[in-house]
Amino acid sequence: MSYVPNTDADRGVMLKAIGVESIEDLFRDIPDSLRYPQLSLPTSVSEPEILRELREISEYNVDLDHAPCFLGAGAYRHFVPSVVGHMVGRSEFYTAYTPYQPEVSQGTLQTIFEYQSMICALTGMDAANASHYDGATSLAEAVITAVSAARGKRRKVIVSAGVHPEYRAVVRTYTQGMKLTVIGDETDATDASVLAGMVDTDTACIIVQNPTFLGYLEEPAALRALADAVHAAGALFVVSADPISLGLFAPPVDYGADIVCGEGQALGGGLNFGGPYLGYFACKKQYVRKMAGRIVGQTVDRRGERGFVLTLSTREQHIRREKATSNICSNEALMALAAAVYLTAMGKTGLREVAELCYHKAHYAANRLSALPGYELLSERPFFKEFPLRCPRPVDEINDYLLNEWGIIGGYDLQRDYPALPNTMLVCVTEMNTKDEIDVLVEALPAMEEEA
Amino acid sequence: MREPLIFEISSPGRIGVNLPKCDVPQAPLPQGYLREDLPLPEVSEVDLVRHYVHLSQLNYGVDKGFYPLGSCTMKYNPKVNEDAARLPGFVHTHPYQIPCIVQGNLFLMYQLQEFLKEISGFSAVSLQPAAGAHGELAGVLMMRAYHESRGDHKRTHMLIPDSAHGTNPASTTMAGYETVQIVSDARGNVSLDDLRAHCDDTVAGLMLTNPNTLGLFDEHVQEIARLIHECGGLLYGDGANLNAIMGIVKPADLAFDVMHFNLHKTFSTPHGGGGPGGGPVGANDVLAPFLPGPVVVKDRLDEECQSDDEEWEEEEAYCYHLKMPASSIGRLKAFYGNFGVCVKAYTYIRMLGAAGLRQASENAVLNANYLLSRLKSIYPLPYDRTCMHEFVLSGRLPDAPDVHTVDIAKRLMDFGFHPPTVYFPLIVPEALMIEPTETESKEMLDAFAEALIQIAYEAKAKPELLHTAPHMTPISRLDEVRAARKPILQCPKS
Repeated sequence: MSYVPNTDADRGVMLKAIGVESIEDLFRDIPDSLRYPQLSLPTSVSEPEILRELREISEYNVDLDHAPCFLGAGAYRHFVPSVVGHMVGRSEFYTAYTPYQPEVSQGTLQTIFEYQSMICALTGMDAANASHYDGATSLAEAVITAVSAARGKRRKVIVSAGVHPEYRAVVRTYTQGMKLTVIGDETDATDASVLAGMVDTDTACIIVQNPTFLGYLEEPAALRALADAVHAAGALFVVSADPISLGLFAPPVDYGADIVCGEGQALGGGLNFGGPYLGYFACKKQYVRKMAGRIVGQTVDRRGERGFVLTLSTREQHIRREKATSNICSNEALMALAAAVYLTAMGKTGLREVAELCYHKAHYAANRLSALPGYELLSERPFFKEFPLRCPRPVDEINDYLLNEWGIIGGYDLQRDYPALPNTMLVCVTEMNTKDEIDVLVEALPAMEEEA
Repeated sequence: MREPLIFEISSPGRIGVNLPKCDVPQAPLPQGYLREDLPLPEVSEVDLVRHYVHLSQLNYGVDKGFYPLGSCTMKYNPKVNEDAARLPGFVHTHPYQIPCIVQGNLFLMYQLQEFLKEISGFSAVSLQPAAGAHGELAGVLMMRAYHESRGDHKRTHMLIPDSAHGTNPASTTMAGYETVQIVSDARGNVSLDDLRAHCDDTVAGLMLTNPNTLGLFDEHVQEIARLIHECGGLLYGDGANLNAIMGIVKPADLAFDVMHFNLHKTFSTPHGGGGPGGGPVGANDVLAPFLPGPVVVKDRLDEECQSDDEEWEEEEAYCYHLKMPASSIGRLKAFYGNFGVCVKAYTYIRMLGAAGLRQASENAVLNANYLLSRLKSIYPLPYDRTCMHEFVLSGRLPDAPDVHTVDIAKRLMDFGFHPPTVYFPLIVPEALMIEPTETESKEMLDAFAEALIQIAYEAKAKPELLHTAPHMTPISRLDEVRAARKPILQCPKS
């Protein structure tokens, strides 16, 4: 079964029209000795069989429909309204290619234009692109944009330790051939004044995450001061932000961001074991022509009707080749559509409501957990939906106990990335966590100490 | 057929979602941190649904009709793939769950790595890259890491044929190499003379697409590999055109060192209007240690992983883990690749099996050659050879000097077809790059051929019809120059 409609009779007629005897004749350019290798793959299966097989495979996972979960750390379980799946599931959207031919792609183009507009609304930036692969790669592209905005003359990138550890790793992977210096995260300090002290005339950009990887909200005045220091040195201020937080907290434009990017999975995307996700990317207008990726713009047709096209393509690989701003071609258009539908469903008040629910529930959890003997908050800094919790024993031991005895998936073990934070759990609470789930976690942790 | 912008149908006080009440005591919000306004649209659920359904109707997709976009492999996407990727046991798993409770995901990823190894002949595969260009960047960075690991710092150039995808030179620049273009010969192969002239110890490697973007299998691929390897360079394979050769030849047997796959082309995962894709990268023994990670490895079941499920233990005395390859170039994205896309590719490969994959490639090549046979007397064919899964014609019709490829492409829309790729590859003037794929019937190919023949006639007899095309689409030809000159990139703020 290969979804081939043609029959042997069709093939016979076609071969005759081509003027060859057999299909093998079409492959004469391939070296004889290498042609038709054996492929050792499992025997093919039918449609009901593959569905059974996949359901069985999927059932070897513990999924979050069956276990309360306090994991976040860059991938978040938020409510996805039913309309998102139904709109994204329209095959006119998902079986289309990149909208190279605008006259038959207005659906994709207008939804991307609306998505760009909503990302601008969230961040306060002037322009957004059609998406990157994920939050990490959009940050790497932000670095390249900043270096390119300085015409390659500035070679230093300062990144706060408050940026997701995997994002920092991806920035380093992307730039390993570019002769850049990436510094700033040698210590765990994320203090804005410390970062400001590193800025010099060789600095292309400084990157912070807000809320930080540890969940803390950076103080707007401190960020403003950092932005001023960055701008005084002629560098760019890059902010990676959780878009759900922007439903409630100040948009990065307010504290001087030049580029805002981040992970958009929370906007209507499933967890999907880490992908496909959505890298959103927005910037001030002076950097638009340095930006990577597809951009949709408004124009008119021959009759003067409003329409949308891919634009500013002279930045892109298919036109500029080695001089392009990036190599990106395919992006995450369908995830951007999901985000647009999500943000439309939420609207002005819904997104704020989601953010407030996260905030209140996370604070309820923090208050209750930090009251347990042996448990305390790492600091009293304001946070959004995640917070580091100091525990009386290693986090992996606690998580094993929670999973095996209570069926709970505990928080993220910060020691994985921050050796200075042993026995510290990054607890994430969203609107999907009920009060009951939080209360059970509060009940479970002391029970472990009693059993120990 | 103008659909208003979502912001234009917004009305204060409407909302399209029903959220739960807060079931915990409210905590004070930090003053000075909050935003004042959030200018998102306000619409009800029914407004939302009608808006996006209307927009979807303005789109053309594979499910609507023939989409012969060259180099993009717009084959039909089986519906079962969609159902597979939406199984809740996959969708609702968090990437940081401990391996013991995501063995299903890791097993599937491991199996897909194994399938891709078998199809390509490589010794290792990483599923990290999220798209083809992402896989290219991985491959070029791996080549760089390999040379650096040997203390060979003089290699500064990447050789790229003039028929290559634009992503190849763009990836090369991102990885810090300079691009050197190699010309094609009269038969559409890489010119061996030009290649020889450029092979020296400054060459990091060659990026080769084979079959190339002319739809031709390079007749000298083994000689090309020999020349590159002799000068100490490596051979990169752009796997965009793998759909022509599954089960026909293994790229590793052609002496490629590293190659990316396009799951969203060859393995039938839909393109989503531009993504998500999947760009796994495969490598031979020499380059495998440099693969981006983490990758999934299989271990003997250890005590830590003992599950309560005895059946699982008996059947599979293995468990699956994530691991960084020994000298990895690092992570290319957060987490582990586009898992949801991997589920679709796994489903496709399991349903086709070895025979089905070969059948897919054979029929893709048969369909392309059949369509070519119907068109080559009408449209100029710059390289008259047996093609693989696609072919490139020129839209420069002898009797219609004022008609351009863009006119032909736009006119095709009036016949209900998506146009082919146009103006690429760059070495063919007025290129029309046509890839029918294996999932189209002879009747569809005939209808498309007849439309193109009719258009060639119109080009001569009534060229105005082409210049003003399309006539039957929701919107007429758009002013792209204006869009770029005075960019409007978001809805005007009210």
